[in-house]
Amino acid sequence: MPKEVGSFSWKELELGCALLEPGSAGQLKTGDWRSMRPVTDLEKCVKCARCYVFCPDMVYSQNEEGFYIQNYYYCKGCGICATECPADAITMVEEGD
Amino acid sequence: MGIAAEALKDFKGFSLKKLPVEEPLSPGHRACQGCGEVLALRLIMKAIGSNVVVCSATGCMEIITSPYPQTAWRVPWLHVAFENAAAVVSGVEAAYKAMNRKGIIDSPDTVFFAYGGDGGTMDIGLQALSGAMERGHNFVYACLDNEAYMNTGIQRSSGTPYGAMTTTSPPGKKSIGQSTQKKNLPAIAVAHAIPYVATASPAFPVDLMNKAKKAAMIPGPAYLHVYSVCPTGWRHAADQTIQVAKLAVDSKVFPLYEVIDGEYKLSRKVAKPKPVADYLKAQRRFRHLTESEVAKIQAKVDADWDTLVKRCGAEEAPAPAKEDE
Repeated sequence: MPKEVGSFSWKELELGCALLEPGSAGQLKTGDWRSMRPVTDLEKCVKCARCYVFCPDMVYSQNEEGFYIQNYYYCKGCGICATECPADAITMVEEGD
Repeated sequence: MGIAAEALKDFKGFSLKKLPVEEPLSPGHRACQGCGEVLALRLIMKAIGSNVVVCSATGCMEIITSPYPQTAWRVPWLHVAFENAAAVVSGVEAAYKAMNRKGIIDSPDTVFFAYGGDGGTMDIGLQALSGAMERGHNFVYACLDNEAYMNTGIQRSSGTPYGAMTTTSPPGKKSIGQSTQKKNLPAIAVAHAIPYVATASPAFPVDLMNKAKKAAMIPGPAYLHVYSVCPTGWRHAADQTIQVAKLAVDSKVFPLYEVIDGEYKLSRKVAKPKPVADYLKAQRRFRHLTESEVAKIQAKVDADWDTLVKRCGAEEAPAPAKEDE
């Protein structure tokens, strides 16, 4: 698998241009795209799993206490989780603040 | 009892608290912010699980998951041309069947899943899909309907609803946008007398996952029509994806129902329907519509709903309890 996507020689390709690693898109940092970042207030969170199930980018995962935590490496900042949160626990914060 | 009802009699369904953790589609895919289509695909894949072979028609979901040299798929995945996803998946199914019979492989429970957008299903791939359903292969086909050719830049398809603005149906003095009605593909699938047809929406994720799982469990062809919101093409804010999808169901524009062994059943009854104008106002592709056009659309939506409720009639009435023969 080439290290840096976009700049490698054809000599590094596998036979038949095969990709040997499933799910290798996971290397791509789609978190670069966002301008707003969702932040969860764990005091208000009711663990309803809506942020988890409505996230198109698989950003949320459950921690040991049952809260859903963001992985900012992938979050594109669409804001669906903040809009759908029934407890208003998620707010969108400007990136860089 | 039909074959579909027979296969589903022990099915319990998913719940929001106990969803499968597995993600056959990996993060890092290149979908737009707030994409409802990849969300629908993610939920379907979660429901079906990893013992699957996926065939993809050309379209958004192919472009965003597989730009070389990366792939967002953790399961066997084939990309084929726009028109033949259903034909290829039937070939894969037949090959598995033959290899299982000859003892070359031992995987009798593999699910065969094909998907396409509305263009790849309703326009270009319809003939291949019709053929595959007619031959009765054991596969699941999902049409991820975002109501235009979004990946090439929002051109109209036969899935585009009346009045919608696209780049090839621009509104103006002499045009109101798309001038024809949306093709009713679930009805065409039902006409093939296949065991399972359903419509689903990512705004109701448990319903969507249940339907995907049911489609996978049923022997024979199953067709899912999934409403896939596209913020880019429909011109609304990315965070409104689920709201728009909910409005579509609540205003009866996109009714949720399933057809098991030819029997219609409403999945979600709409007690207090919202006006279609609310749904249209949420999207900028409909902003040029005048009040008389909106009234026309409302009348059509109501008429379609009445037809659907009539088809579901047997289930709506309280009596006769159907027992197996």
